Amino acid sequence: MIRILKKKQLSSDVFQMELEAPHISESRKAGQFVILMLDDEYSERIPLTIADGDGKKGTITIIFQAVGGTTLALSRLEEGEAIAHVLGPLGTPTHIEKQKKPVICVGGGIGVAPLHPIVQAHKAAGNRVITIMGARNKDLLILEEEMAALSDELIICTDDGSKGRKALVTEPLKELCEADEKPAECVAIGPPVMMKFCAETTRPYKLHTMVSLNTIMVDGTGMCGGCRVTVGKETKFVCVDGPEFDGHLVDFSSMMSRMSSYKTQEDEHTCRLEEKAKELAAGGVR
Amino acid sequence: MTCGYKDPGTLDLEALAVRENLNLPQGLNQIKKKDRAAIPQQEMPSQEAGIRGGNMTEVALGYSENQVIVEASRCLECANAPCVKGCPVSIDIPGFIGAAAKGEFDEALDIIKESSMLPAICGRVCPQEKQCMETCTLGKIRKDPMESVAIGRIERFLADRGAEKGDSTVDKAPSTGKKVAIVGSGPSGLTTAADLARLGHEVTVFEAFHKAGGVTVYGIPEFRLPKSIVQREVDNLEAMGVQFVYDFLVGRTRTVKELMEKDGYHAVYVANGAGLPKFMNIPGENLVGVFSANEYLTRANLMKAYDTEKAATPIYKSRKVAVFGGGNVAMDAARTALRLGAEEVHIVYRRTEKEMPARVEEVHHAREEGIIFDLLTNPTAIISDDQGRVAGIECLQYELGEADESGRRRPVAIEGSEFFMDIDTCITALGNSSNPLVTGTTPELDTNKWGNITVNEDGMTSMPGVFAGGDIVQGAATVILAMGDGRTAARGIHEYLNQ
Repeated sequence: MIRILKKKQLSSDVFQMELEAPHISESRKAGQFVILMLDDEYSERIPLTIADGDGKKGTITIIFQAVGGTTLALSRLEEGEAIAHVLGPLGTPTHIEKQKKPVICVGGGIGVAPLHPIVQAHKAAGNRVITIMGARNKDLLILEEEMAALSDELIICTDDGSKGRKALVTEPLKELCEADEKPAECVAIGPPVMMKFCAETTRPYKLHTMVSLNTIMVDGTGMCGGCRVTVGKETKFVCVDGPEFDGHLVDFSSMMSRMSSYKTQEDEHTCRLEEKAKELAAGGVR
Repeated sequence: MTCGYKDPGTLDLEALAVRENLNLPQGLNQIKKKDRAAIPQQEMPSQEAGIRGGNMTEVALGYSENQVIVEASRCLECANAPCVKGCPVSIDIPGFIGAAAKGEFDEALDIIKESSMLPAICGRVCPQEKQCMETCTLGKIRKDPMESVAIGRIERFLADRGAEKGDSTVDKAPSTGKKVAIVGSGPSGLTTAADLARLGHEVTVFEAFHKAGGVTVYGIPEFRLPKSIVQREVDNLEAMGVQFVYDFLVGRTRTVKELMEKDGYHAVYVANGAGLPKFMNIPGENLVGVFSANEYLTRANLMKAYDTEKAATPIYKSRKVAVFGGGNVAMDAARTALRLGAEEVHIVYRRTEKEMPARVEEVHHAREEGIIFDLLTNPTAIISDDQGRVAGIECLQYELGEADESGRRRPVAIEGSEFFMDIDTCITALGNSSNPLVTGTTPELDTNKWGNITVNEDGMTSMPGVFAGGDIVQGAATVILAMGDGRTAARGIHEYLNQ
C-alpha cells in the first residue's frame, strides 16, 4: 500500500499527488515511470510518469489526467488514502550529458509532467535549457511556475492565445533550430501527434530529438511486449528499452494505432463506470 | 478421437467395480503382475468439452479415491524404478504409488514431499509422458507412454487431499539469523523459499507483480491450474514466516548488490524467469491484434479480463484467432481465446503433432474443444486492414525433411504453397528469451550467449552468495525443472551460509 500524502488539482482534469514510496524515490532517475494498480483484484495496471521526487522524504510525485476509468478513480482518492500497488522505477533513465549548446525541452499538455525531471536533470548537469510549453488554453497549462524557475528561458504557447504566443509548440521550436546558436539536442514530450510534429520540425536540421512514449502496458518489466513500437524498423519495448527513443526513428502512425487497440472496450467500460457513479449519486439501488 | 464422454460418477463406479473384483486395496505384491498390467488406465474425470469451452473453471476434475487405488495398483514395482530416473527431482515414485495402492494416502504424500514442494501444481502441469511416464515399464509394454501408470494424476489426488485436510504444518529449524532474498515468486523461488525457511533462515521473496506465483498465476490459465492452488502454497509459506514483498522489481527498485550491501541479505536467489517474449520478425507483427501469448494470457489470467463486468483490463475481441507455436503456452492461449468468445481458433505450427512440445493431454483437450490444428504451416506475413488492424495472415505449407541437430525432422517450405487465412487476431507463443533486468544491472553475473545466468553444480553464480535457477538459467523450461533448481540452490545457499 502506497499512501497519498498530498493531492492538488492542477486543471479541470489534471491532478498531482505526492506518494510515500521510499524505495522508488531512492532509486528513480529522470525519465522513469511507475505502474500502479488501485486494488488487488479487478483494477488495471497503468503506467504514469514520475514528475518529481524527494529522496530525503522518500516521496515521488505523479501527475495524471483523469481520462479513463482508472485515472478517474485515482483522481477520487484523497490525501491519507492509499493506492494498492505502485511498481517502479521502470524504464531506462534519460541520457543526460553536459552540453555546450542549449538543450530545448518541449512539453505539450500533460507532457510537461514527465518533462519536469528531465529539465531538472539537465540543469543539474549544468546545461542551458530553453523550455517550450504548450496547451490548448491557459487553464490547461501545468507546472508553469516550476518550469519558469528551472529554465533559462521559457516560451509559452496556447492554441487560443489566452497565454503566451498563439501558436503550436513547433513554431518556436523551428525558430530555435534556425537561431544563430544551434541547439545541442531536443526533448519533446506530449501527445503522440505533437511529438511526431516536433520530430518532423527538427528533422531537416538534424537536431537529435528524443521523445518519451506512453504506450499500453501490462507488467512494465518486458514480459508482455504489449508496449512494443517500431523504431528504425526494429521492434522495441517501451517499458524496458524506453520510454525515450529517437523521435526521428519512431513509427508514430503504427504506435498511434496500437494505442487505440482497446478503444471500444475502454469507452464501454468508462460509460459503465459513469453510469454507476450517476446511480450512486442519485442514491438509486438496482 | 473422443470415445464418448463419461461423467465423474460413472468413472468412479467403474473403478469401484475393478476394486471389488480385485479385492483392492491390498499390497501390490498380493496381486499378480499380469493382473496389474491388465487393469485399464483410469480416465481423468473432466468437464464435458462442449460445456467447458464456455467457462474458465478447471477442465480436469481429479481422480476419486477408488480411481486412485485402482490406478496405483497398476504399478509393476520394477526393481530398477525407471520412472524415478525420468523425474527431474527423483521423487520416490514406486514408494508413493505403493502407499497409494494400499490406501495409505498420508504416507504417500509424505514420500512425495521429501522431493517435491509443489505436488498439486506438478501433478497438473508436468509433462509426465516425457518424464516419469515415458520410462514407465507398463507404458513400454503397452507401447504408449500415455498408457503408463498415471503418476501425475495420483500425485495430484494426494496433494489436493492433503491440502483439504490442512497438512501445512512443517517442522522448522531454530532461527539462524541469516537473511536470504529470493528474486521472483514462481515455482523455483517458492521452492527455495520453503526449503530455506524450514532450515531456519529468514526469507523474503521479492515479486514485481501484485500477486505471487510467477508463471503459475500470469501464464497458466485457471482452467488448467486454479489460482487457489498456487495461493494455498503461498499461504503455507507465509505461515512458515516467509515474507512476500510485492511491486518490487529487482534490477530497478533495487539491484542485487544493494540487496546485499544496503539491506543486509546474506545470500540472494535469482529466479526471475525468462520473461521476454520472442516474436517471429515477419512483416505486420506490430499491427493491432497481434499479441505475445504472455500479454494475452496475463490479461486473461492475472488481470481477470475474462470477467468483462468487473475487470478494468480489456482484452481484444476476436472472431478468428491464429496462435503460432506448438507448446503448452500455445494450447493455453488458444483455449483461452475460445473461452473468451472467439468463433474459430487455429494452432499454426510448422511441424507435425508428433513434434509438438505441448503435453499430450493439453493437445487432446484442445482438439476436443474444437481448436483447429494447421500443422506443417507457417505464417510469412501478417496483413493489415486500412486501420492498422490484423486482416489475415499469409502462410506457407511445409513438409518434413532431414533430421536437424535436435534430432527432429526439419520442416521445409513447399514452393508455391502460399495461401491466405482470414484471421483477425494473432498470438505468438514461440517461447521467451532471458529478461536482462537483473543481469543488465549486475555485471558481476556471468551469462551465456543467450543471456542465461551460468551457475555451478550448487546453483551458485559467478558472484559470491548469489545463486540462480529456473528459466533464467535453463532458458524457457518447465515448472518441475525450475523447482529442481530451487531445491539445489536451497542446499547450496544453506551450505554457503553455514561456512
